[in-house]
Amino acid sequence: MAISLNEPAGPGLAAAGPAVTRPRRRRRVTLPRSPKVLVGLGLLALFVLIAIVGPLVAPYNPSADLAASGVPQAPSAAHLLGTTQTQQDVLSQILAGGRSTLLVSFLAGAVATVISVLVGVSAGYLGGLTDDLLSMLANIFLVMPALPLLIVIFGFLPGSSNDLLIGAIIALTGWAWGARVLRAQTLSLRGRDYVESARLIGERPARIIAAEIVPNLLPIIASSFLFTVLYGVGTYTAIAYLGLVNIDPHWSWGGMLFWAQSVNAQVSGYWWWYIPPGLAVALLGTSLALINFGIDEFINPRLRAAGLSRRQARRAGAPARFRLGLTPVVRPPAGSRDGAA
Amino acid sequence: MRMLARKLPFYLVTFVIAITIDFFIPRLMPGNALDALLAKAGSQMGSPQALHALERLYGVHNPASLPQQYLHFWAQLAHGNLGISTSSYPTPVTSVIATALPWTLGLVGIATVISFVLGTLLGTLVAWRRGSWLDNLLPVTTFFQAAPYFFLAFLAIEVFAVVLGWFPYGLGQNQLDYATGFAPAHVADILDHAVLPAVTIVVASAAGWIVGMRNQMLTTMDEDYVLLAQAKGLPKRRVIWYAARNAILPSVSGLSLAIGFVISGSLLTEIVFAYPGIGFVLYQAVVNHDAPLMQGIFLIITLAVLAANLIADFVYLILDPRTRQEA
Repeated sequence: MAISLNEPAGPGLAAAGPAVTRPRRRRRVTLPRSPKVLVGLGLLALFVLIAIVGPLVAPYNPSADLAASGVPQAPSAAHLLGTTQTQQDVLSQILAGGRSTLLVSFLAGAVATVISVLVGVSAGYLGGLTDDLLSMLANIFLVMPALPLLIVIFGFLPGSSNDLLIGAIIALTGWAWGARVLRAQTLSLRGRDYVESARLIGERPARIIAAEIVPNLLPIIASSFLFTVLYGVGTYTAIAYLGLVNIDPHWSWGGMLFWAQSVNAQVSGYWWWYIPPGLAVALLGTSLALINFGIDEFINPRLRAAGLSRRQARRAGAPARFRLGLTPVVRPPAGSRDGAA
Repeated sequence: MRMLARKLPFYLVTFVIAITIDFFIPRLMPGNALDALLAKAGSQMGSPQALHALERLYGVHNPASLPQQYLHFWAQLAHGNLGISTSSYPTPVTSVIATALPWTLGLVGIATVISFVLGTLLGTLVAWRRGSWLDNLLPVTTFFQAAPYFFLAFLAIEVFAVVLGWFPYGLGQNQLDYATGFAPAHVADILDHAVLPAVTIVVASAAGWIVGMRNQMLTTMDEDYVLLAQAKGLPKRRVIWYAARNAILPSVSGLSLAIGFVISGSLLTEIVFAYPGIGFVLYQAVVNHDAPLMQGIFLIITLAVLAANLIADFVYLILDPRTRQEA
């Protein structure tokens, strides 16, 4: 499903008037620039960088047993994050494992988002029996416990190292929440005047959905995409931690935790082995959640005001103690808002 | 009541679909993956008859047609027969699950209730004092939520069991303690072993409740009736109570999404602690390629999640009079 935002005006419209030039108002959509969002974006950029160049700059082969000793070595100059039981370099494993972790989770997020837009928007827009059936489908997938289902699927399909397949299977269990949210919002958009008038003009349903409804759903689609990527990170890490996918030449952060667990690293005090991958997963998840906070605040201004600190609020002229029934919204100083004013 | 009558068929359909998926997964797998699995199962059981029965269960060398196999699958379930565990052959899957289930119900059930109550209270407080330092709680809880449960469990063991030595790590009770039943020493031992896993689950899952409750509270606090309650000069605690009891409704109806997540996470927590519940048994089934046990546990967990959702629906019915008025 291709969604074009800058779709040109329909040919019928252009032919009707002599020179109908619609001045395109470019509204700059900016996320609230709170520290939360900035930290989130920065962290995410760092992880994407690791995923791209990590495997290339890893100092050692992550699977190579570098020495014969069977005791994990603490961090040193030669091994910045120490070594594992079989003397593999932990830093190299971290650098090599980022790519698969990010690839699978973003793939899962993308596939799940496509499914949830298709299901959610058609259910909300078409209504009737279609809605009943699609909603039921989404609710069933929502209620069914995802991880045990994935364990059974991968239990019969062990040792896969195909990131595409893994991402797609995770997506199958992760699309339902987004579909439910999108359906609810589509229902509310469907009755709005501008959609009604588009229908009266005689626009085809496909065009109304693509040009009128979906653009207005974009913040919610973005938020549900990030939410699903977050779900993908956690789920893929869990699946790899259980050793259900290929975890030796196909490194991932969850796979590292599998090897650490297999020799009880948490009991033996080998913290340099399990803290880096765990922390990497946690920070990646945190960065996605922080960006999602920003999108939430973009959708719901009440949350935005709540994100202000007292100092910021006082500078903006709002009372320092927020009162009930009053949501202070900070505007830039008058005059700088519209250049023309 | 009409709402429940409408919900019951949904849960029935979901359960039927879960069973159908369970039936089809082995049949949709590439043949070589299934063969490898069956070969391992055969070497574990050491009984050609048992292997043959297992092959037929998964539709290999089975003369019956697919619909017949499907009906047979249902008939077996109706008799409470989930097959035989290949890794602890010849113990039936049902008795393996029966010994593990009480541990999980106790640990995960109690931890989930604590997490819901604590998270909702904290979320209310954060919303009420918006703009104060409490807002800094959000990024912190987000971190704990984003971290995998089992990673938090690793940390909990390292810090509280190994370094500080406050709690035992691993297992559900002391192996040398042969006391059973409700002898006080035995109960204390079980509680001692449950503290760390329970705290891990609470810390990891409370964040979701905090954020959900806070966001809903912020919206509710702008409602006119809350303003009126404040203007009337009601004590602050009453005002918070009025707002909170309306804001909590989405949290309750959102349980359906959350229960699945929390249970999945708890299963992983059990694995790190070698806690003798369903999650640890599932892990062993995975490690030993014990397909019947994996499938049986999937069904039991699905059933438990559906039951928990039904309870959440009941609670919603009690909390929200509007749903009762419809009937």
